[in-house]
Amino acid sequence: MNSEQPPVKSEQPLVDIRRLRVDFAGQTVLDEIDLEIPRGQTLAIIGESGCGKTVLMKSLVGLIRPTAGSVRFDGRDLITMNDLELTRTRRRLGFVFQNAALFDSMNVYENVAFPIRQHESATEDEIEPRVMQHLTEVGLPPEVAWKRPAELSGGMRKRVGLARAMILHPELLVYDEPTTGLDPIMSDVINELILATRRRYPVTSVVVTHDMRTARKVANRVVMFYPRSRLERGESQVLFDGSPSDLDHAEDRRVRQFVRGEAGERIDELMRRKEALNV
Amino acid sequence: MADVAQHPDIDPSGLPPAGWSSWVSDWGSMVVDGVSTLGDITIFAWRMFSWMFTRLPPRGTTLINFYQVGVLSLPVVAITGTFIGMVLAVQSYRQFHMIGLENRLGVVINSSLVRELGPVLAATMLAGRVGSAMAAVLGTMRVTEQIDALTTMGADPIHYLVVPRFLACLLLIPALTIMADFMGIVGGYFYSVVVLGIDHGAYLQNSSEYVSGFDLFSGIFKSVFFGGIIAIVSCYRGFHCEPGAEGVGNAATAAFVMSFVLILAVDLVLNILLDAVYYQLWSPGELPL
Repeated sequence: MNSEQPPVKSEQPLVDIRRLRVDFAGQTVLDEIDLEIPRGQTLAIIGESGCGKTVLMKSLVGLIRPTAGSVRFDGRDLITMNDLELTRTRRRLGFVFQNAALFDSMNVYENVAFPIRQHESATEDEIEPRVMQHLTEVGLPPEVAWKRPAELSGGMRKRVGLARAMILHPELLVYDEPTTGLDPIMSDVINELILATRRRYPVTSVVVTHDMRTARKVANRVVMFYPRSRLERGESQVLFDGSPSDLDHAEDRRVRQFVRGEAGERIDELMRRKEALNV
Repeated sequence: MADVAQHPDIDPSGLPPAGWSSWVSDWGSMVVDGVSTLGDITIFAWRMFSWMFTRLPPRGTTLINFYQVGVLSLPVVAITGTFIGMVLAVQSYRQFHMIGLENRLGVVINSSLVRELGPVLAATMLAGRVGSAMAAVLGTMRVTEQIDALTTMGADPIHYLVVPRFLACLLLIPALTIMADFMGIVGGYFYSVVVLGIDHGAYLQNSSEYVSGFDLFSGIFKSVFFGGIIAIVSCYRGFHCEPGAEGVGNAATAAFVMSFVLILAVDLVLNILLDAVYYQLWSPGELPL
């Protein structure tokens, strides 16, 4: 499935992260992160909770201002951009939120049309076919357009979120846990939609996920992060950077454990902590 | 003599007892938090003002907020205003009757309403009904990442969500204050004249004689500040909501409490300033300050 990935078209990566550091309340979550994402690539970022993958993803779209380092999008550093430049750049980015983050006060149609209204002076006659086309592309019937987000199932909400993120045909599409909370069938539907979106549009994608099925199915590169608090001195937070097929043969025991979903020494740690508490 | 090192209340290092240092530390962190919150609110308000004068907010969201703040608040403001007018009549009647000045009851009812109770009542109702709801709605949007979604789609959340709410509160609170004043005057009149049997002509004449245009102006003038405070504090609380249902609840409660305290504090400052202006303009030399 990874053989169908589009080729890299340009020598300059679309996203170039250099020596990134992000602190929260005096605690360093990410440190010395270097990551290049070439155009057309689908990168899956995996790692256990608290490893900083969501922080990295939010830094990618300018939702979090890093403490140090640079996040370059198409050669320009997001951190040094002013508000207007950042707004213009965000037109080229799409973000699919974990719980879709649809606006409760609007119906599905208004949600999907929102980015068009925000960035273009299009008439209603021009907006409607585009909204309907994108809803169809994510497999939603036209009547869904007039429903409120509260009336939709989790899978439908995710698909509306994808349609909204894709409506302006962004160059970079970021998915935050796209299959979390969905049943296996709907998870696979979302995975297929990610693949279909990539076939239809020349989009670079970053998928943050815990779901190894998603990582294996949609990505042509996987990066695994590890929490700083658990690292040995001088170790990099990036434990793995390679193709999905190499995951099972990774040299690092912690990568293999994560991929197989094995608790390993964590059980011993838990027991030791329990014993310490009893004492 | 007991050994100092073994005495539980005396630290042999010479440092103050743990309870004392923890008390100082608690107060210190409270002061730091307070100053930090004040600074955050100032930056938040500054960003809101800079957006307000840069680009008008979307018409759709502005109209919805005007409807929610103005139209939906009118009934509750009118009802509470009426009751306050009647309560003032009940409370004041006995004292005025004892000194034979019941015909002047309208003076105390109407001037209290127009100068103080009308604007403060309208602001309290607005803080309770609209401010808490604003904090809860924006807090829920924060928790469910809708505010982040706005940002990623190139819409500034302060421009899109805060400016319409601020404009609605700022521009419509004078109308709500006038409604509270009017209904309070009607309520006070009804109770005084119809229930207590005070002479209708004397009541009206005394009322109109002692309640000036400046009284009405000062009440409405103050209300504009109250409206601004409610919008900024409530939106700030919503934007800085902690995760979870408890976080949203706390944001709504904190929005009301903080708005109410600030309304009363600003009311005091504005009253002192307006009194000074009044005496400078109409009675120079009699300034009681």
